[in-house]
Amino acid sequence: MTGRETGPGTYLGMPAFPDPDPARFPAFPEAAREAVRDAALRANLRYATHTIRDKRARAVAELADWDRLRAAGKAVKDRTLRHLDRYLLQLEESVTAAGGTVHWAADAAEANRIVTELVLATGEREVVKVKSMATQEIGLNEALEAAGVTAYETDLAELIVQLGHDRPSHILVPAIHRNRGEIRDIFRAEMGRWGRPAPEGLGDSPAELAEAARLHLREKFLRAKVGISGANFMVAETGTMVVLESEGNGRMCLTLPETLISVVGIEKVVPTFRDLEIFLQTLPRSSTAERMNPYTTLWTGLGPSKGADGDGPSAFHLVLLDNGRTDILADEVGRQALRCIRCSACLNVCPVYERAGGHAYGSVYPGPIGAVLSPQLRGTGSPIDASLPYASTLCGACYDVCPVAIDIPEVLVHLRERVVQGGPVTRRGVRVRIRPARGHAAERAAMRAARLLLDRPDALRAGERLLARARRLGIRPHRLPGPGRAWTDARELPEPPPEPFRDWWARERGTATRTGSKDRKGDDGPK
Amino acid sequence: MRVALFVTCVNDALYPATGVAVVRLLERLGVAVDFPAGQTCCGQPQYNTGYRHEAEPLLRRTAAAFEGHPYVVTPSGSCAAMVREHYPRMGRRAAAEGRGSALAELADGLAPRVYELTEFLVDVLGVTDVGAYFPHVVTYHPSCHGLRSLGLGDRPRRLLAAVKGLELVELPGAEECCGFGGTFAVKNPDVSAAMGADKLRSARASGAEVLCGADNSCLAHLGGMLRRRDDPLRTLHIAEILAATEEDAPR
Ligand code: SF4
Repeated sequence: MTGRETGPGTYLGMPAFPDPDPARFPAFPEAAREAVRDAALRANLRYATHTIRDKRARAVAELADWDRLRAAGKAVKDRTLRHLDRYLLQLEESVTAAGGTVHWAADAAEANRIVTELVLATGEREVVKVKSMATQEIGLNEALEAAGVTAYETDLAELIVQLGHDRPSHILVPAIHRNRGEIRDIFRAEMGRWGRPAPEGLGDSPAELAEAARLHLREKFLRAKVGISGANFMVAETGTMVVLESEGNGRMCLTLPETLISVVGIEKVVPTFRDLEIFLQTLPRSSTAERMNPYTTLWTGLGPSKGADGDGPSAFHLVLLDNGRTDILADEVGRQALRCIRCSACLNVCPVYERAGGHAYGSVYPGPIGAVLSPQLRGTGSPIDASLPYASTLCGACYDVCPVAIDIPEVLVHLRERVVQGGPVTRRGVRVRIRPARGHAAERAAMRAARLLLDRPDALRAGERLLARARRLGIRPHRLPGPGRAWTDARELPEPPPEPFRDWWARERGTATRTGSKDRKGDDGPK
Repeated sequence: MRVALFVTCVNDALYPATGVAVVRLLERLGVAVDFPAGQTCCGQPQYNTGYRHEAEPLLRRTAAAFEGHPYVVTPSGSCAAMVREHYPRMGRRAAAEGRGSALAELADGLAPRVYELTEFLVDVLGVTDVGAYFPHVVTYHPSCHGLRSLGLGDRPRRLLAAVKGLELVELPGAEECCGFGGTFAVKNPDVSAAMGADKLRSARASGAEVLCGADNSCLAHLGGMLRRRDDPLRTLHIAEILAATEEDAPR
């Protein structure tokens, strides 16, 4: 099978827009242009990313064995992914033995259908949610809404996004693009429509905003009969689910409702309970720069009493989500992206994210990890997905901070190759060969021409001499046409030198090699 | 000692003064310099833009050009990183694609012999004071590939600090990328220019007259922005500072 990728095979969040519609999600450079010009947004992002970036660096520097923890995390994840089938079956067995029910969802539609049916079967029309990337990825809230079920986000930043009819722009801090004043305005305008209104005369101090959210959310926690979560880790050996969080809203959602449904990507499994030792150190330090996050909730099915003691939920459902992950697993270079533990350190350190903001990435996964994940999950057919692999200078800051050592630049270059050359990919378990994405023919021709020139030193030399002649003729363009315009819009071109280096060499050194004599007059190089 | 100079295509065509500076500097330190004429470009633009297969002939050419040279020295951190990090990777990919191990053998044979200039000076020659004279206030921008792929660390700054007359000032946020990124500069011009502007703001805040770097491609981006604004701050490759003496000052 061969063909051009037309649209995304996989639903990747951005609620209600199953396809990254080019009108709403233009290619990255266009989307980024607006953000770059938005001075307030850039100031918010710069302040937020630099603060957390510096704190992370300090938190990581405290651990003498950080490099070993990082290597161990990488090794555990790689080993798990290599034998993913086995660990998932073991997980299913452990969860089932502990009184939970395991469901398998091949894609977003199947996962949404399973969850919707489970909720409707309880007779409830409201659910409370713990912050979860997987449920955003599949657009669960929108699917539930279509079935007449209201999902309430309970994480503070998710609440801000939900109340503001907004899109998340960061994995950990989805409202990072908002400042306090904007949050106060959203709370004042919207809280009343969803439940308890914001207190009279609400100010914009963090304490006031947090208190308003607490009051608004508390009535939801106490009323809800169904909770929906994701998980940071799942332990195959014991069937234990693990959620790390800072606010305590997760603990509420995981313990108060009668029915708990967790939607988790299949790559979140780890083999043994001991493996958590690594990630419970690396994840908090990488994401919130804390030694330990305030709340870590672990639960194993319904517990030893299978829920009979009335403590915690009396029904637990685990929905294991593939949604393109096994296809990624089939790709030797790209599969390392599945090691990701969603800490968001790569976003906070990324100079491109800092200027472009999260929305420009057109996916629930922004930043460097988004740039390698979205085009793998959705394919490289749409303008946004074909441009994401290029949304990086390959500076390597993301790789440096990644607690599971994902070589994001390597994967970006690999995906660039897929965009411009096509090649083998796996789609729904079938190996296919895709054709290059549209709009790269001229570049391909130019790259080929450059290579042919560069493969012949004499031709290169002729070209270089042409440049020198242009200089002598006084040809010094300040504006270039075509793709070169993007360079000269902001910068002057380098001044062409009087002669290329190889001509200087031939004249001054000839073929003979001379060694370091101190006095060498008259070999003036190009000035 | 004898080394082969890998001048790089950008320096050959646009910044020959950097190549000349490397030759003079090394010769002053008693090192004989060869310039194998078969060299052109390492293929980094092709590779990084997604045209790995177009880069393969350039890998072969580069490996052949430097065949038999135990030390290959280049005044570019990113070209050194290309050869050291990506060539072996290209070789492995070719082998994985069922095209045999020839490319991998060439890549693995060349990679360990390639040194970025400051690395060669400090690690192989064991010098930090190269006898240079440059009476200016200088700040150093460590380009990303030198900083993160090669791990050059403080080698360039140690070399600069030992230059007579030179006052080295810290660049705030030095480790942040300047926004060049090869074809990134034209594919994402707005973000690239925003990053460049921030880098230049830091450079000006440092109080330096000269913004020094070890990669002329990054300096072409930053210098081009400076000249567009007629900014008095100027960019200069570290080789040209290290080659400067009291008798022979650079531009
Ligand atoms: S790619 Fe690495 S740094 Fe980025 S979110 Fe995932 S684990 Fe964290």
